[in-house]
Amino acid sequence: MDLENQARIKELHDKYGSEDLIVVLGGAEAEASGLAAETVATGDPTFAGPLSGVPLGLKAYHIFELKEEVPAEVYEEQISMMEMVLDVDEIINEVKTYRQ
Amino acid sequence: MLKGKKIAILGDRDGIPGPAIEECVKAAQAEVVFSTTECFV
Amino acid sequence: MSFPVVKGTAYALVHAGSMLLYQGSTQMTERLKNAQSDHLRELPAHLRKYEDAVGYPPNQAYIGNITPDELKEIPRPWHENPAAGAGRDGKYGEIMPEDEFFGLMKIVDSFDLVMLEEAFQDAVKEKLQAHQILKDIRDINKLEGTACSAAEIQTLVAEHGAQPLYSGGKPAGCVKKAHEFDEALSSEVMLGNLANKASAVLALRLLLAKTDLRPEEVDYIVECSEEACGDMNQRGGGNFAKAIGEMCGCINATGSDTRSFCAGPAHSLVEAAALVQSGIYSNVVVVGGGSTAKLGMNSRDHVKKGLPALEDMLGAFAVHISANDGASPVIRTDAIGRHRIGSGASPQAVMTAIVTDPLDKIGYKITDIDRYAPELQNPEITEPAGAGNVPLANYKMISALAVKRGDLQKADLMKAVDSFGMPGFAPTQGHIPSGAPFIGHAREMILEGKIERAMIIGKGSLFLGRLTNLFDGVSLIIEKNSGRGADTEDAGFDEEQARGMIAEALRDFAKAFKG
Repeated sequence: MDLENQARIKELHDKYGSEDLIVVLGGAEAEASGLAAETVATGDPTFAGPLSGVPLGLKAYHIFELKEEVPAEVYEEQISMMEMVLDVDEIINEVKTYRQ
Repeated sequence: MLKGKKIAILGDRDGIPGPAIEECVKAAQAEVVFSTTECFV
Repeated sequence: MSFPVVKGTAYALVHAGSMLLYQGSTQMTERLKNAQSDHLRELPAHLRKYEDAVGYPPNQAYIGNITPDELKEIPRPWHENPAAGAGRDGKYGEIMPEDEFFGLMKIVDSFDLVMLEEAFQDAVKEKLQAHQILKDIRDINKLEGTACSAAEIQTLVAEHGAQPLYSGGKPAGCVKKAHEFDEALSSEVMLGNLANKASAVLALRLLLAKTDLRPEEVDYIVECSEEACGDMNQRGGGNFAKAIGEMCGCINATGSDTRSFCAGPAHSLVEAAALVQSGIYSNVVVVGGGSTAKLGMNSRDHVKKGLPALEDMLGAFAVHISANDGASPVIRTDAIGRHRIGSGASPQAVMTAIVTDPLDKIGYKITDIDRYAPELQNPEITEPAGAGNVPLANYKMISALAVKRGDLQKADLMKAVDSFGMPGFAPTQGHIPSGAPFIGHAREMILEGKIERAMIIGKGSLFLGRLTNLFDGVSLIIEKNSGRGADTEDAGFDEEQARGMIAEALRDFAKAFKG
């Protein structure tokens, strides 16, 4: 996960806390999306950025997981085509692992 | 689940970009506090 | 309407292992943070030899020795399966080793910023004097009597902020800063700009050597890389185009730089086509050199996964657009795709604007395009970095759009991907993969009658500049020449135009019907 973005997420966490703040991902594949979810939950596993060893405990969802939360017509317009392009199941299975 | 929450968006240029996710979560009545799009290429 | 044509193309790669280590932005940032980091310690063992870079199948596809279809047949990982009969020289260009490239950087350096060590300079001088297309380049005498000692180089690097150049693990020279305080002229920026200029010069000279175009015939040069040259008072002042043309003997040309991140080349091709079709210029060249900053951009992931540091190539290309010769493939200037400011950022909005809107304009279906050349990033580089297979994702998006429009059954989605797609074979050099690498292949396939038309697609991440969240994209269709050439202008009836008008009328009719 981008190092600058790690710093921003840390700031936002300090401001809003882990109850109110949710991270929503748009990653193209499972591993990178999982990595981002892991980074904001338990810390940067690559030990490259500001979240190394910093478990913020934030919950991250891929936008594919939030389909039911979004008005159908908006989801259709913004996201639905990518369901045919990316591996939805693999991405969801990977991302949800880090919310246990 | 999203309603009233603060949302930080990490979009992906080659997946779903930030602004598209923004449209979705705003429509779900959540507040976007950060939105970015990563680029690996 | 007489469309302009793609008259010629050339492609160059430069193996740049040591610049990956010292000037790639990922490594430079890491060195500032922690010069002893695991990554910097482990990375050198992952660098490729020049021979391995030459044999690497995607690189052979880039310089035209194998086609993208032949590349598809070579099993992955490609870094373990060198292309048979691979060589430095290809049909469209060449793969230059780093030592010769440092010599070329010195030749194109107008301000004595590139310093080379004596023995090293002597050795590269000899190689460049024997180089078929560089031996008569102006200023090759800069490699005579201008070298400095290893000690001088060490002082320049250690005490004066010069960027080191290494060859074979040994100091080979350095690039000095061009101003004491001006960050726009720092040694890092100057090295990037000189490498960009040098690689573009190589591509343009290859174009002039491999086609009938003579340097003095070039009227205009559009440069389309992602670098900025200028000083602190005009950081992106330009002009790479003229600086490149000057080194190639294009004495009658002027030019300018066009920027739009990775979409720069597609914009530039459209501009070149317009300049030619309008009659303002007869011969326009679009040229783009490589990016040192992007060398090893994802090398952290490559090292972690035990792969070679595959982002060790600078890419460059040159495309010649001229008036209709009745034979070369035309650029359909009546069907240019563009992502409009109001198009929206969702992938389907972007692809609709770039792909289907222009097709609708001339009455084509998605499946009427034989080959799509979107962002042709090599998947062997992007997959380990978490970006997936970028061209494949683009093909799936185009197919998904075709399904949504009813041009295609959902069950045939992957079949369509197979038929109009190709594997990515370009290094992750930003603007370089964006459609441009296929133009040479497309031209040849069209001339050989293997395909009728191809769409070149450039997409750009404007948000990286932190001025807008907008995305960008431009597309153009390259199509078989009808053979009527410039005569169609006076023919009174233009089949292509008529086809477009009929399509429009039918659409209006359908709309009226709907209600």
